Amino acid sequence: MARFFHNLKELYKFRILIQNLVVRELKARYRGTVLGFLWSFFNPLLLMIVYTVVFGFIIRPRDPAFDQSPWLYALFLFCGILPWVWFSSSSLESANVLITHGNLIKKILFPAEILPVVTVTSNFVHFSFGLPILLLFILIFGKGYTAYVFLLPLVILVQYVFTLGFSLLIASLTVHFRDIKDILSNLLTFWFFATPIVYPMSFETIQGSSLLRTLLNVNPMTHIMQGYQNCLFFGSMLRWKRLGVTFLVALILFFIGAMVFNRLRDSFPEEV
Amino acid sequence: MNAIEVDRVSRIYQKYSARHRFQTFKSALVKGDLFRALKPDELVTALEDVSLNVEKGQTFGVIGENGSGKSTLLKVIAGIAKPTRGRVRTEGKVSALIELGAGFHPEISGRENIYINGIMLGLSKREINAKFDEIVAFAELEDFIDAPVKTYSSGMYMRLGFAIAINVNPDILLIDEVLAVGDASFVPKCLDRIDDFRRREKTILFVSHDLNTVAKICDDVAWLKGGRVQAVGDPKRIVDAYLQDVAEKQEKDFEKRRQEPARIQVEDKDRRENRWGKREIEINRVSMKSLEGKEKSVFSPDEGMVIEMDIAAPSRQQDFVFGIGLFNSQGISCYGTNTNLEDYEPISIEGEGKVVCRIERLGLVNGTYYLDVAAHKRDGYPYDYHRNLYSFLVSSSLRDEGIARLPHGWEFSENIKISPPKKGQAGRPLL
Repeated sequence: MARFFHNLKELYKFRILIQNLVVRELKARYRGTVLGFLWSFFNPLLLMIVYTVVFGFIIRPRDPAFDQSPWLYALFLFCGILPWVWFSSSSLESANVLITHGNLIKKILFPAEILPVVTVTSNFVHFSFGLPILLLFILIFGKGYTAYVFLLPLVILVQYVFTLGFSLLIASLTVHFRDIKDILSNLLTFWFFATPIVYPMSFETIQGSSLLRTLLNVNPMTHIMQGYQNCLFFGSMLRWKRLGVTFLVALILFFIGAMVFNRLRDSFPEEV
Repeated sequence: MNAIEVDRVSRIYQKYSARHRFQTFKSALVKGDLFRALKPDELVTALEDVSLNVEKGQTFGVIGENGSGKSTLLKVIAGIAKPTRGRVRTEGKVSALIELGAGFHPEISGRENIYINGIMLGLSKREINAKFDEIVAFAELEDFIDAPVKTYSSGMYMRLGFAIAINVNPDILLIDEVLAVGDASFVPKCLDRIDDFRRREKTILFVSHDLNTVAKICDDVAWLKGGRVQAVGDPKRIVDAYLQDVAEKQEKDFEKRRQEPARIQVEDKDRRENRWGKREIEINRVSMKSLEGKEKSVFSPDEGMVIEMDIAAPSRQQDFVFGIGLFNSQGISCYGTNTNLEDYEPISIEGEGKVVCRIERLGLVNGTYYLDVAAHKRDGYPYDYHRNLYSFLVSSSLRDEGIARLPHGWEFSENIKISPPKKGQAGRPLL
């Protein structure tokens, strides 16, 4: 436990380095592209268009929450997809990050835990580039805002801790078990559909089946996504208890992730 | 005071096989005992019970063959690898030049990379600002500093890496063979910088295969062999001992290869291309011996060599010449002669016999040499020609150059004060 807090303090000490590496990551990612950082926005937008066409126009939203309107449905989708992309790209990139930056770990005295932190943080920056555009869309096409939108940072904090814990775990385990990379990309597709992103929790088939409800409720991402949807789309109060428990789960995951990372740390220079 | 103390350090590397990996993954999932499952199935000992003390301000060299543990020692001192057993203590800021430009990102500019790399190596932004121009000037990259690093040549890349690392201004500098890739103008510049470090009483640990530089700049040298410290002490003495060990090993390797001429009779294809003639006179066996008659393959320049050829002529021949030729590794003929050139008149040969060529003193410089032997007619028609089939090594601690060591001595008038080579050091044949 003491070591855990010691490591947290270390992380704080390296904040300048983290900040610089995040900036480098962002600069390098879109270097040479015409649209530049706008891709942070276009990527989820294009994904949203695909889902809107399929679920909004072809299948049509049946839930009363959308008033039969594909546009409202598109906004609802965007509320979930934007943070989901943050989570899924962070974990996918974390699976690779220690291996692709192997020469840093092998050749320089470099605190390896910085790498997943940088990955999660730079994906967070992409997320926050997309966020104002989402807010603008909701203002124009949506039902308008309530004061609950100011609770958004709390939801973001829960997701940040959860994503970081998951990424630390994935990053350190992938060094030893490379299969995780492939398992993870499939798992994330499954996880995406097992989270109320393309459908709302209030959907009749879900409410009608206690099994489905339970399954969705044990998924921490469900409560995080519902947090976004409540703050932004429905303009309703967060469900404090559920989000609170999710935050606790996120903290535990972060603790486990950091512990596993620490235990495996000494083997990284040889294995990456 | 010691700047680096390495106290009985062992470092054991773990190797996992792919199959093992799968099994551990399975058992980790099934039993949930991840850490216990991660037991390696093979251990490699890179360092074993190594103890070293480097005083503050010393330039300390580490030599040894590939795989002797030099780089591991450096990584352990730098803190990149943890010692499996033992303890390392360092005094002051450590900077390790293990791989130059290790942290560069290819897509962003040299300027941005200087900042990021500098921060990684422990500089603050302000310190980098102050040293920025110096770094760029040292790396000679004024015109390219805003271009992405991926467009740099490997020389530019390396220069930038070195320039940043050396400007970190550490108390202890660890250098691992990084100068081996530099071009002719950059290496002296780096060595200048290292000299500058020495003058400022900083501690340097220098790992290199360049024994000349090691002997020149180091105050003390440690020789690692198989992960253990073989010897520590005066650079010249240690380098000589190391060279002698290498020469002995080469001798053993040659010993192994020397068995091969027997295989010529098997006539595998590659060999046949280096041997031609109808074998009216056949050279069955060639051996190289010392003047005392002991077979060997590593010679000192001052030694003599006896080349023995076992000859067989199934039928009587009246026109024949025996010859030898010595070639160095570049294929330059160092010496060649035959019985005809030396006016021996052939009369007749039949049955088995022996031809011996006795060279009283080899007089060649260090290097690998190839031996040609031949039996042919006076007009050049080959009976049996062996091209480059035999090799030997000339090895000594002297590093004179050229092809042959001409017999020579030095004389000085009395006003020139110069001391002769110490006994047992320069000029002493190694074998």
